[in-house]
Amino acid sequence: MSDTITRKLMLYFPKCECEKPIVYHLVKDYDLVVNVFRAKVTPEEEGYLVLDVTGTEHNIEQAMAFVRTFNVTINLTGKGVTREDTRCTHCGFCVPYCPSNALRIDDTATREVVFDESKCIECLACIRVCPFGACASAF
Amino acid sequence: MKTYDQINDRIASGKAVVLTADEIMDYVDRKGAAAAAREVDVVTTATFGPMCSSGCMLNFGQPKPKIRITEAWIEDVLVYAGLAAADVYLGATQLRHGDPANMYHPGEFRYGGGHVIEDLVAGKSLQLFALSYATDCYPRRELRTYFTIDDLNQAIMVNPRNCYQNYNVAINKSDRTVYTYMGRLDPNGKNATYCSAGQLSPLLNDPCYETIGIGTKVWLAGAHGHVYAAGTQHAGACDRTAGGVPTGGAGTLALTADMKKMRPEFVRGVSLRGYGVSLALGVGIPIPVLNEQVLTRACIRDRDIPAPVIDYGIDYPQNTGKVLCHVTYEDLRSGRIEVQGKKVAVGSLSSYHTALEVANLLAGEIRRGDFTLARPHAKLPADTAMKPLVMREKPL
Ligand code: SF4
Ligand code: SF4
Repeated sequence: MSDTITRKLMLYFPKCECEKPIVYHLVKDYDLVVNVFRAKVTPEEEGYLVLDVTGTEHNIEQAMAFVRTFNVTINLTGKGVTREDTRCTHCGFCVPYCPSNALRIDDTATREVVFDESKCIECLACIRVCPFGACASAF
Repeated sequence: MKTYDQINDRIASGKAVVLTADEIMDYVDRKGAAAAAREVDVVTTATFGPMCSSGCMLNFGQPKPKIRITEAWIEDVLVYAGLAAADVYLGATQLRHGDPANMYHPGEFRYGGGHVIEDLVAGKSLQLFALSYATDCYPRRELRTYFTIDDLNQAIMVNPRNCYQNYNVAINKSDRTVYTYMGRLDPNGKNATYCSAGQLSPLLNDPCYETIGIGTKVWLAGAHGHVYAAGTQHAGACDRTAGGVPTGGAGTLALTADMKKMRPEFVRGVSLRGYGVSLALGVGIPIPVLNEQVLTRACIRDRDIPAPVIDYGIDYPQNTGKVLCHVTYEDLRSGRIEVQGKKVAVGSLSSYHTALEVANLLAGEIRRGDFTLARPHAKLPADTAMKPLVMREKPL
Protein backbone atom coordinates (compact mmCIF):
# COMPACT_ATOMS: atom_id res chain seq x y z
CA MET A 1 0.00 0.00 0.00
CA SER A 2 1.35 3.42 -0.85
CA ASP A 3 1.94 6.08 1.80
CA THR A 4 -1.03 7.81 3.28
CA ILE A 5 -1.22 11.54 3.85
CA THR A 6 -3.59 13.74 5.82
CA ARG A 7 -5.13 16.89 4.47
CA LYS A 8 -7.32 19.47 6.14
CA LEU A 9 -10.20 20.69 4.00
CA MET A 10 -13.02 23.12 4.35
CA LEU A 11 -16.04 22.37 2.20
CA TYR A 12 -18.78 24.86 1.43
CA PHE A 13 -22.13 23.48 0.32
CA PRO A 14 -24.56 25.89 -1.28
CA LYS A 15 -28.24 25.44 -0.49
CA CYS A 16 -28.95 22.86 -3.23
CA GLU A 17 -26.14 20.47 -2.24
CA CYS A 18 -26.68 20.15 1.48
CA GLU A 19 -28.58 16.92 1.41
CA LYS A 20 -26.12 14.82 -0.60
CA PRO A 21 -24.21 12.16 1.41
CA ILE A 22 -20.80 13.28 0.15
CA VAL A 23 -18.79 12.27 3.21
CA TYR A 24 -20.20 8.76 2.99
CA HIS A 25 -18.75 8.42 -0.50
CA LEU A 26 -15.36 9.76 0.61
CA VAL A 27 -15.15 6.86 3.07
CA LYS A 28 -16.75 4.14 1.00
CA ASP A 29 -15.55 4.84 -2.54
CA TYR A 30 -12.17 6.46 -1.89
CA ASP A 31 -11.11 4.61 1.26
CA LEU A 32 -10.45 7.79 3.19
CA VAL A 33 -10.34 8.08 6.97
CA VAL A 34 -12.39 11.15 7.83
CA ASN A 35 -12.10 13.25 10.98
CA VAL A 36 -14.72 15.96 11.14
CA PHE A 37 -13.80 19.01 13.25
CA ARG A 38 -16.82 21.15 12.72
CA ALA A 39 -19.97 21.16 10.61
CA LYS A 40 -22.75 23.66 10.39
CA VAL A 41 -25.86 24.26 8.35
CA THR A 42 -26.93 27.89 8.42
CA PRO A 43 -30.56 29.05 8.58
CA GLU A 44 -30.12 29.80 4.86
CA GLU A 45 -29.43 26.08 4.44
CA GLU A 46 -25.85 26.55 3.35
CA GLY A 47 -23.46 24.02 4.79
CA TYR A 48 -19.88 24.24 6.05
CA LEU A 49 -17.68 21.30 6.91
CA VAL A 50 -14.10 21.30 8.18
CA LEU A 51 -12.44 17.90 8.21
CA ASP A 52 -9.20 15.98 7.94
CA VAL A 53 -9.03 13.28 5.30
CA THR A 54 -6.35 10.59 5.46
CA GLY A 55 -5.60 8.28 2.54
CA THR A 56 -3.28 7.85 -0.43
CA GLU A 57 -2.53 11.00 -2.38
CA HIS A 58 -4.13 9.42 -5.42
CA ASN A 59 -7.36 8.65 -3.60
CA ILE A 60 -7.53 12.11 -2.09
CA GLU A 61 -7.10 13.70 -5.54
CA GLN A 62 -9.82 11.45 -6.98
CA ALA A 63 -12.11 12.17 -4.04
CA MET A 64 -11.69 15.89 -4.50
CA ALA A 65 -12.48 15.56 -8.19
CA PHE A 66 -15.62 13.71 -7.15
CA VAL A 67 -16.57 16.42 -4.64
CA ARG A 68 -16.07 19.06 -7.31
CA THR A 69 -18.63 17.37 -9.56
CA PHE A 70 -21.16 18.74 -7.09
CA ASN A 71 -21.57 22.44 -6.61
CA VAL A 72 -19.23 22.31 -3.59
CA THR A 73 -16.30 24.68 -2.98
CA ILE A 74 -13.15 23.11 -1.52
CA ASN A 75 -10.82 25.29 0.50
CA LEU A 76 -7.59 23.33 0.68
CA THR A 77 -6.02 25.38 3.43
CA GLY A 78 -8.93 24.43 5.66
CA LYS A 79 -9.26 27.81 7.30
CA GLY A 80 -12.38 27.49 9.41
CA VAL A 81 -10.61 29.46 12.14
CA THR A 82 -8.24 32.28 11.26
CA ARG A 83 -6.04 34.64 13.21
CA GLU A 84 -5.51 38.06 11.75
CA ASP A 85 -1.81 38.65 12.27
CA THR A 86 -2.10 42.44 12.17
CA ARG A 87 -4.65 42.35 15.00
CA CYS A 88 -2.78 39.86 17.19
CA THR A 89 -0.76 41.59 19.92
CA HIS A 90 1.00 38.37 20.97
CA CYS A 91 -0.21 38.77 24.53
CA GLY A 92 -0.47 35.01 24.90
CA PHE A 93 -3.80 35.20 26.65
CA CYS A 94 -5.32 32.55 24.38
CA VAL A 95 -2.50 30.05 24.88
CA PRO A 96 -3.75 28.20 27.99
CA TYR A 97 -7.31 28.06 26.60
CA CYS A 98 -6.20 26.40 23.34
CA PRO A 99 -6.60 22.64 23.84
CA SER A 100 -4.53 21.56 20.84
CA ASN A 101 -1.43 23.75 21.24
CA ALA A 102 -2.18 25.36 17.89
CA LEU A 103 -1.67 28.70 19.65
CA ARG A 104 1.59 28.61 21.53
CA ILE A 105 4.84 30.39 22.34
CA ASP A 106 7.83 28.66 20.74
CA ASP A 107 10.48 31.33 21.25
CA THR A 108 10.63 32.31 24.91
CA ALA A 109 12.89 35.29 24.12
CA THR A 110 10.53 37.11 21.74
CA ARG A 111 7.37 35.54 23.22
CA GLU A 112 5.73 35.62 19.83
CA VAL A 113 2.48 33.65 19.77
CA VAL A 114 2.41 31.36 16.74
CA PHE A 115 -0.79 30.06 15.20
CA ASP A 116 -0.22 26.59 13.79
CA GLU A 117 -3.26 26.11 11.63
CA SER A 118 -2.63 22.42 11.01
CA LYS A 119 -3.04 21.72 14.73
CA CYS A 120 -6.25 23.70 15.16
CA ILE A 121 -9.23 21.52 16.03
CA GLU A 122 -11.66 24.43 15.61
CA CYS A 123 -12.98 24.44 19.16
CA LEU A 124 -13.49 28.23 18.89
CA ALA A 125 -12.13 28.88 22.41
CA CYS A 126 -9.67 31.53 21.16
CA ILE A 127 -12.45 33.46 19.44
CA ARG A 128 -14.26 33.79 22.75
CA VAL A 129 -11.24 34.70 24.87
CA CYS A 130 -9.05 36.88 22.62
CA PRO A 131 -9.44 40.42 24.02
CA PHE A 132 -8.31 41.96 20.73
CA GLY A 133 -10.72 40.22 18.38
CA ALA A 134 -7.82 38.72 16.45
CA CYS A 135 -9.38 35.28 15.90
CA ALA A 136 -12.40 34.65 13.73
CA SER A 137 -14.42 31.82 12.26
CA ALA A 138 -15.32 31.54 8.58
CA PHE A 139 -18.77 30.34 9.64
CA MET B 1 27.84 59.91 37.75
CA LYS B 2 26.12 61.48 34.76
CA THR B 3 23.67 64.34 34.53
CA TYR B 4 20.55 64.67 32.39
CA ASP B 5 22.33 67.41 30.40
CA GLN B 6 25.34 65.21 29.68
CA ILE B 7 23.11 62.35 28.56
CA ASN B 8 21.04 64.68 26.37
CA ASP B 9 24.22 66.07 24.79
CA ARG B 10 25.27 62.56 23.88
CA ILE B 11 21.80 61.84 22.47
CA ALA B 12 21.92 65.06 20.43
CA SER B 13 25.30 64.11 18.98
CA GLY B 14 24.00 60.66 18.07
CA LYS B 15 26.52 58.96 20.35
CA ALA B 16 24.28 57.78 23.16
CA VAL B 17 24.57 54.14 24.17
CA VAL B 18 21.06 52.80 24.62
CA LEU B 19 19.99 49.30 25.64
CA THR B 20 16.57 47.88 26.39
CA ALA B 21 15.69 46.60 29.86
CA ASP B 22 15.64 43.16 28.23
CA GLU B 23 19.27 43.45 27.08
CA ILE B 24 20.85 45.30 29.99
CA MET B 25 21.11 42.41 32.46
CA ASP B 26 23.39 40.28 30.30
CA TYR B 27 25.40 43.36 29.35
CA VAL B 28 26.02 44.25 33.00
CA ASP B 29 26.83 40.64 33.84
CA ARG B 30 29.51 40.73 31.13
CA LYS B 31 30.96 44.19 31.76
CA GLY B 32 30.38 44.68 35.48
CA ALA B 33 28.13 47.37 36.93
CA ALA B 34 30.75 50.11 37.29
CA ALA B 35 32.01 49.92 33.71
CA ALA B 36 28.49 49.50 32.31
CA ALA B 37 27.26 52.53 34.27
CA ARG B 38 29.99 54.62 32.60
CA GLU B 39 29.25 53.31 29.11
CA VAL B 40 25.47 53.05 28.97
CA ASP B 41 23.46 56.28 28.86
CA VAL B 42 19.89 55.09 28.73
CA VAL B 43 17.91 51.90 29.44
CA THR B 44 14.53 51.75 27.73
CA THR B 45 11.61 50.12 29.53
CA ALA B 46 8.18 49.37 28.12
CA THR B 47 4.83 47.75 28.59
CA PHE B 48 1.79 46.91 26.46
CA GLY B 49 -1.47 45.92 28.06
CA PRO B 50 -5.00 46.96 28.99
CA MET B 51 -5.04 50.19 31.00
CA CYS B 52 -8.64 50.92 31.95
CA SER B 53 -8.07 54.40 33.37
CA SER B 54 -7.34 55.92 29.97
CA GLY B 55 -9.21 58.33 27.79
CA CYS B 56 -8.94 61.50 25.76
CA MET B 57 -9.96 65.13 25.62
CA LEU B 58 -11.37 66.10 22.25
CA ASN B 59 -12.17 69.57 20.95
CA PHE B 60 -14.50 69.69 17.94
CA GLY B 61 -14.45 73.32 16.93
CA GLN B 62 -17.81 75.02 16.31
CA PRO B 63 -20.42 74.49 13.58
CA LYS B 64 -22.61 77.33 12.26
CA PRO B 65 -24.64 78.17 14.32
CA LYS B 66 -22.71 77.22 17.45
CA ILE B 67 -23.54 74.57 20.07
CA ARG B 68 -22.79 74.22 23.79
CA ILE B 69 -22.70 70.42 23.91
CA THR B 70 -24.48 69.01 26.96
CA GLU B 71 -24.69 65.37 25.92
CA ALA B 72 -22.79 63.64 23.12
CA TRP B 73 -22.03 60.23 21.68
CA ILE B 74 -19.26 59.15 19.34
CA GLU B 75 -20.24 56.01 17.45
CA ASP B 76 -23.01 55.71 20.06
CA VAL B 77 -20.48 55.73 22.90
CA LEU B 78 -21.33 58.35 25.51
CA VAL B 79 -18.69 61.02 26.21
CA TYR B 80 -18.51 63.38 29.16
CA ALA B 81 -19.58 66.90 28.17
CA GLY B 82 -19.54 68.77 31.48
CA LEU B 83 -16.79 71.01 30.16
CA ALA B 84 -16.58 74.04 27.86
CA ALA B 85 -18.84 74.20 24.79
CA ALA B 86 -17.02 71.92 22.35
CA ASP B 87 -14.80 69.90 24.70
CA VAL B 88 -15.61 66.30 25.59
CA TYR B 89 -13.82 63.50 27.43
CA LEU B 90 -14.04 60.00 26.03
CA GLY B 91 -13.26 57.19 28.49
CA ALA B 92 -11.87 53.76 27.62
CA THR B 93 -14.39 51.65 29.52
CA GLN B 94 -17.58 53.39 28.35
CA LEU B 95 -20.03 50.96 26.76
CA ARG B 96 -21.87 51.64 23.54
CA HIS B 97 -25.46 52.85 23.87
CA GLY B 98 -27.74 49.83 23.70
CA ASP B 99 -25.00 47.31 24.57
CA PRO B 100 -26.80 44.54 26.49
CA ALA B 101 -23.83 44.44 28.89
CA ASN B 102 -24.19 41.28 30.98
CA MET B 103 -27.91 40.87 30.41
CA TYR B 104 -27.09 37.71 28.48
CA HIS B 105 -24.23 36.53 30.64
CA PRO B 106 -21.38 36.56 29.76
CA GLY B 107 -21.74 39.66 27.58
CA GLU B 108 -19.46 40.09 24.58
CA PHE B 109 -18.70 43.82 24.86
CA ARG B 110 -17.55 44.04 21.27
CA TYR B 111 -17.26 47.80 20.98
CA GLY B 112 -16.87 50.66 23.43
CA GLY B 113 -14.72 53.63 24.42
CA GLY B 114 -11.41 51.83 23.87
CA HIS B 115 -12.44 50.85 20.37
CA VAL B 116 -13.53 54.42 19.52
CA ILE B 117 -10.09 55.62 20.64
CA GLU B 118 -8.43 52.94 18.48
CA ASP B 119 -10.55 53.96 15.47
CA LEU B 120 -9.80 57.64 16.04
CA VAL B 121 -6.04 57.04 16.05
CA ALA B 122 -6.42 54.77 13.00
CA GLY B 123 -7.89 57.77 11.14
CA LYS B 124 -11.37 56.30 10.66
CA SER B 125 -14.44 58.43 10.05
CA LEU B 126 -16.65 58.46 13.15
CA GLN B 127 -20.13 59.70 13.90
CA LEU B 128 -20.72 62.50 16.40
CA PHE B 129 -24.21 63.06 17.76
CA ALA B 130 -24.67 65.92 20.23
CA LEU B 131 -27.53 67.60 22.07
CA SER B 132 -27.88 70.91 23.85
CA TYR B 133 -30.50 72.95 25.68
CA ALA B 134 -29.40 75.97 23.60
CA THR B 135 -28.46 79.42 24.87
CA ASP B 136 -28.40 82.87 23.31
CA CYS B 137 -24.71 82.48 22.53
CA TYR B 138 -24.96 78.78 21.53
CA PRO B 139 -28.36 78.44 19.80
CA ARG B 140 -27.98 74.98 18.18
CA ARG B 141 -29.89 72.21 19.92
CA GLU B 142 -28.66 69.15 18.04
CA LEU B 143 -26.04 67.97 15.58
CA ARG B 144 -25.03 64.81 13.75
CA THR B 145 -21.86 64.76 11.68
CA TYR B 146 -18.90 62.60 10.69
CA PHE B 147 -15.32 63.44 11.52
CA THR B 148 -11.79 62.06 11.63
CA ILE B 149 -9.02 62.93 14.07
CA ASP B 150 -7.65 65.43 11.50
CA ASP B 151 -10.85 67.49 11.78
CA LEU B 152 -10.38 68.01 15.53
CA ASN B 153 -8.59 70.99 16.99
CA GLN B 154 -7.10 68.83 19.72
CA ALA B 155 -7.13 65.14 20.59
CA ILE B 156 -5.12 64.75 23.77
CA MET B 157 -4.83 61.47 25.58
CA VAL B 158 -5.20 62.07 29.31
CA ASN B 159 -4.86 58.88 31.31
CA PRO B 160 -5.32 59.06 35.08
CA ARG B 161 -3.72 55.67 35.69
CA ASN B 162 -1.29 53.72 33.53
CA CYS B 163 1.75 51.50 34.02
CA TYR B 164 0.90 49.75 37.28
CA GLN B 165 4.23 49.03 38.90
CA ASN B 166 3.37 45.39 39.59
CA TYR B 167 0.12 43.50 39.37
CA ASN B 168 -2.01 40.67 40.71
CA VAL B 169 -2.12 37.15 39.40
CA ALA B 170 -5.80 36.23 39.21
CA ILE B 171 -7.15 32.79 40.08
CA ASN B 172 -10.61 31.56 41.01
CA LYS B 173 -10.95 29.17 43.93
CA SER B 174 -14.76 29.25 43.92
CA ASP B 175 -16.83 26.51 42.31
CA ARG B 176 -18.24 28.60 39.43
CA THR B 177 -16.62 30.26 36.42
CA VAL B 178 -16.05 33.98 36.93
CA TYR B 179 -15.60 36.61 34.21
CA THR B 180 -13.30 39.37 35.39
CA TYR B 181 -11.17 42.20 34.03
CA MET B 182 -8.39 39.62 34.23
CA GLY B 183 -10.32 37.36 31.85
CA ARG B 184 -12.28 34.15 32.29
CA LEU B 185 -11.24 32.22 35.37
CA ASP B 186 -12.40 28.66 35.58
CA PRO B 187 -13.59 27.16 38.89
CA ASN B 188 -11.45 25.45 41.51
CA GLY B 189 -8.26 27.23 40.51
CA LYS B 190 -8.05 25.64 37.07
CA ASN B 191 -6.35 28.58 35.35
CA ALA B 192 -4.70 31.87 36.27
CA THR B 193 -3.95 35.13 34.45
CA TYR B 194 -1.47 37.97 34.97
CA CYS B 195 -0.84 41.37 33.45
CA SER B 196 2.62 42.93 33.59
CA ALA B 197 5.71 43.21 31.42
CA GLY B 198 7.75 42.15 34.48
CA GLN B 199 11.46 42.80 33.95
CA LEU B 200 10.68 45.16 31.06
CA SER B 201 8.02 47.18 32.89
CA PRO B 202 8.89 50.85 33.59
CA LEU B 203 8.31 51.13 37.33
CA LEU B 204 9.81 47.71 38.07
CA ASN B 205 13.08 48.99 36.59
CA ASP B 206 12.93 52.06 38.81
CA PRO B 207 11.25 50.59 41.88
CA CYS B 208 12.07 53.49 44.22
CA TYR B 209 11.14 56.27 41.75
CA GLU B 210 14.69 57.60 41.41
CA THR B 211 14.32 58.74 37.79
CA ILE B 212 10.67 58.36 36.77
CA GLY B 213 8.74 61.28 38.25
CA ILE B 214 6.33 64.04 37.37
CA GLY B 215 7.58 65.63 34.17
CA THR B 216 9.40 62.54 32.85
CA LYS B 217 9.12 62.35 29.08
CA VAL B 218 7.50 59.15 27.86
CA TRP B 219 6.72 57.36 24.59
CA LEU B 220 2.96 56.91 24.61
CA ALA B 221 1.84 54.80 21.65
CA GLY B 222 4.42 56.49 19.44
CA ALA B 223 3.74 60.08 20.57
CA HIS B 224 6.13 61.92 22.86
CA GLY B 225 4.25 62.76 26.04
CA HIS B 226 4.94 62.96 29.73
CA VAL B 227 4.01 61.91 33.24
CA TYR B 228 1.68 64.68 34.46
CA ALA B 229 1.03 63.31 37.95
CA ALA B 230 1.33 60.23 40.09
CA GLY B 231 -1.48 58.02 38.82
CA THR B 232 -4.69 57.35 40.70
CA GLN B 233 -4.29 54.66 43.36
CA HIS B 234 -0.53 55.31 43.42
CA ALA B 235 0.59 53.73 46.67
CA GLY B 236 4.35 53.94 47.07
CA ALA B 237 4.16 52.85 50.69
CA CYS B 238 3.78 49.10 50.34
CA ASP B 239 5.54 45.83 51.10
CA ARG B 240 8.79 45.58 49.18
CA THR B 241 11.54 43.01 48.71
CA ALA B 242 15.04 43.66 50.05
CA GLY B 243 15.83 45.17 46.63
CA GLY B 244 12.95 47.66 46.95
CA VAL B 245 10.65 45.87 44.50
CA PRO B 246 6.96 46.10 45.49
CA THR B 247 5.31 42.74 46.11
CA GLY B 248 1.98 44.05 44.77
CA GLY B 249 0.41 46.90 42.77
CA ALA B 250 2.17 49.99 44.30
CA GLY B 251 3.04 52.86 41.94
CA THR B 252 1.08 54.15 38.95
CA LEU B 253 1.57 56.95 36.41
CA ALA B 254 -0.79 59.52 34.95
CA LEU B 255 0.23 60.02 31.32
CA THR B 256 -0.63 62.43 28.54
CA ALA B 257 0.37 62.86 24.88
CA ASP B 258 -0.96 64.18 21.58
CA MET B 259 -3.17 61.51 20.05
CA LYS B 260 -2.65 62.90 16.55
CA LYS B 261 0.95 61.63 16.72
CA MET B 262 0.11 58.13 17.93
CA ARG B 263 0.49 54.85 16.03
CA PRO B 264 -2.68 52.72 15.82
CA GLU B 265 -0.94 49.41 16.45
CA PHE B 266 -0.18 50.59 20.00
CA VAL B 267 -3.70 51.89 20.75
CA ARG B 268 -6.02 48.89 20.82
CA GLY B 269 -9.58 48.41 21.96
CA VAL B 270 -10.07 45.49 24.33
CA SER B 271 -13.18 43.32 24.82
CA LEU B 272 -13.31 41.21 27.95
CA ARG B 273 -16.16 38.74 27.83
CA GLY B 274 -18.46 39.04 30.81
CA TYR B 275 -16.63 42.14 32.05
CA GLY B 276 -16.55 45.06 29.64
CA VAL B 277 -14.34 47.10 27.32
CA SER B 278 -10.97 48.72 27.84
CA LEU B 279 -7.98 50.10 25.99
CA ALA B 280 -4.53 48.54 25.60
CA LEU B 281 -1.63 50.93 25.18
CA GLY B 282 2.04 50.65 24.41
CA VAL B 283 4.15 52.80 26.73
CA GLY B 284 7.93 53.24 26.67
CA ILE B 285 9.88 55.08 29.36
CA PRO B 286 13.61 55.80 29.22
CA ILE B 287 15.70 55.46 32.35
CA PRO B 288 18.79 57.69 32.37
CA VAL B 289 21.80 55.86 33.77
CA LEU B 290 22.70 58.62 36.24
CA ASN B 291 24.76 56.33 38.44
CA GLU B 292 25.55 52.72 39.22
CA GLN B 293 22.58 52.31 41.56
CA VAL B 294 20.07 53.37 38.91
CA LEU B 295 21.65 50.87 36.52
CA THR B 296 21.71 48.05 39.05
CA ARG B 297 18.02 48.54 39.75
CA ALA B 298 17.26 48.47 36.01
CA CYS B 299 18.91 45.05 35.83
CA ILE B 300 15.96 43.41 37.56
CA ARG B 301 15.05 39.99 36.22
CA ASP B 302 11.70 38.21 36.11
CA ARG B 303 12.89 35.74 38.73
CA ASP B 304 13.40 38.57 41.25
CA ILE B 305 9.92 40.05 40.90
CA PRO B 306 7.19 38.54 43.09
CA ALA B 307 3.54 38.87 42.08
CA PRO B 308 0.66 38.25 44.50
CA VAL B 309 -1.82 35.49 43.63
CA ILE B 310 -5.35 36.66 44.48
CA ASP B 311 -8.62 34.71 44.49
CA TYR B 312 -10.99 36.60 42.18
CA GLY B 313 -13.76 34.16 43.11
CA ILE B 314 -14.05 35.51 46.66
CA ASP B 315 -11.21 37.62 48.05
CA TYR B 316 -10.95 40.26 45.32
CA PRO B 317 -14.69 41.03 45.00
CA GLN B 318 -15.21 40.94 48.78
CA ASN B 319 -12.10 43.08 49.36
CA THR B 320 -10.68 40.79 52.02
CA GLY B 321 -7.09 41.72 51.16
CA LYS B 322 -6.04 38.06 51.28
CA VAL B 323 -3.05 36.97 49.20
CA LEU B 324 -2.87 33.23 48.50
CA CYS B 325 0.86 33.21 47.76
CA HIS B 326 3.50 34.92 45.66
CA VAL B 327 4.99 33.63 42.40
CA THR B 328 7.72 35.19 40.26
CA TYR B 329 7.41 36.44 36.71
CA GLU B 330 9.82 33.70 35.71
CA ASP B 331 7.27 31.18 37.01
CA LEU B 332 4.48 33.03 35.19
CA ARG B 333 6.33 33.12 31.87
CA SER B 334 6.82 29.35 31.99
CA GLY B 335 3.05 29.05 31.47
CA ARG B 336 2.55 27.09 34.69
CA ILE B 337 2.59 28.15 38.31
CA GLU B 338 2.08 26.29 41.54
CA VAL B 339 -0.65 27.54 43.85
CA GLN B 340 -1.31 25.72 47.12
CA GLY B 341 0.46 22.62 45.85
CA LYS B 342 -1.47 22.52 42.57
CA LYS B 343 -0.11 23.17 39.07
CA VAL B 344 -2.10 25.85 37.26
CA ALA B 345 -1.95 26.95 33.59
CA VAL B 346 -1.38 30.69 33.31
CA GLY B 347 -1.87 33.23 30.50
CA SER B 348 -0.95 36.88 30.13
CA LEU B 349 -3.11 39.86 29.22
CA SER B 350 -0.05 42.04 28.79
CA SER B 351 2.09 41.42 25.69
CA TYR B 352 5.81 41.04 26.35
CA HIS B 353 6.31 40.71 22.60
CA THR B 354 4.75 44.10 21.85
CA ALA B 355 6.44 45.66 24.89
CA LEU B 356 9.80 44.52 23.48
CA GLU B 357 8.89 46.17 20.19
CA VAL B 358 8.13 49.42 22.04
CA ALA B 359 11.39 49.26 24.02
CA ASN B 360 13.32 48.79 20.75
CA LEU B 361 11.45 51.56 18.93
CA LEU B 362 12.16 53.98 21.78
CA ALA B 363 15.82 52.89 21.91
CA GLY B 364 16.06 53.55 18.17
CA GLU B 365 14.59 57.04 18.49
CA ILE B 366 17.01 57.92 21.29
CA ARG B 367 20.00 56.58 19.33
CA ARG B 368 18.99 58.67 16.31
CA GLY B 369 18.69 61.75 18.50
CA ASP B 370 14.93 62.01 17.98
CA PHE B 371 13.98 61.54 21.63
CA THR B 372 15.74 63.41 24.43
CA LEU B 373 15.14 62.97 28.15
CA ALA B 374 13.35 65.34 30.51
CA ARG B 375 14.35 65.70 34.14
CA PRO B 376 11.27 65.25 36.36
CA HIS B 377 10.32 68.36 38.32
CA ALA B 378 8.80 66.43 41.22
CA LYS B 379 9.19 62.94 42.64
CA LEU B 380 6.45 60.37 42.81
CA PRO B 381 5.35 60.08 46.45
CA ALA B 382 6.83 57.10 48.25
CA ASP B 383 4.72 57.47 51.38
CA THR B 384 1.09 57.25 50.23
CA ALA B 385 -0.95 54.08 50.82
CA MET B 386 -4.29 52.84 49.42
CA LYS B 387 -7.37 53.81 51.37
CA PRO B 388 -10.58 51.81 51.27
CA LEU B 389 -13.91 53.62 50.94
CA VAL B 390 -15.57 53.80 54.35
CA MET B 391 -19.34 53.24 54.21
CA ARG B 392 -20.93 55.77 56.58
CA GLU B 393 -24.40 56.78 57.68
CA LYS B 394 -25.41 60.37 56.89
CA PRO B 395 -23.71 62.61 59.49
CA LEU B 396 -26.18 64.13 61.96
S1 SF4 C 1 -5.25 36.35 22.79
FE1 SF4 C 1 -5.55 37.27 20.75
S2 SF4 C 1 -4.07 38.95 20.65
FE2 SF4 C 1 -3.44 37.64 22.35
S3 SF4 C 1 -1.95 36.20 21.45
FE3 SF4 C 1 -3.96 35.20 21.36
S4 SF4 C 1 -4.75 35.75 19.32
FE4 SF4 C 1 -3.07 37.16 19.73
S1 SF4 D 1 -10.07 27.18 17.59
FE1 SF4 D 1 -9.47 26.05 19.45
S2 SF4 D 1 -7.86 24.67 18.71
FE2 SF4 D 1 -8.10 26.23 17.14
S3 SF4 D 1 -6.56 27.76 17.67
FE3 SF4 D 1 -8.51 28.42 18.60
S4 SF4 D 1 -8.39 27.58 20.70
FE4 SF4 D 1 -6.83 26.49 19.50
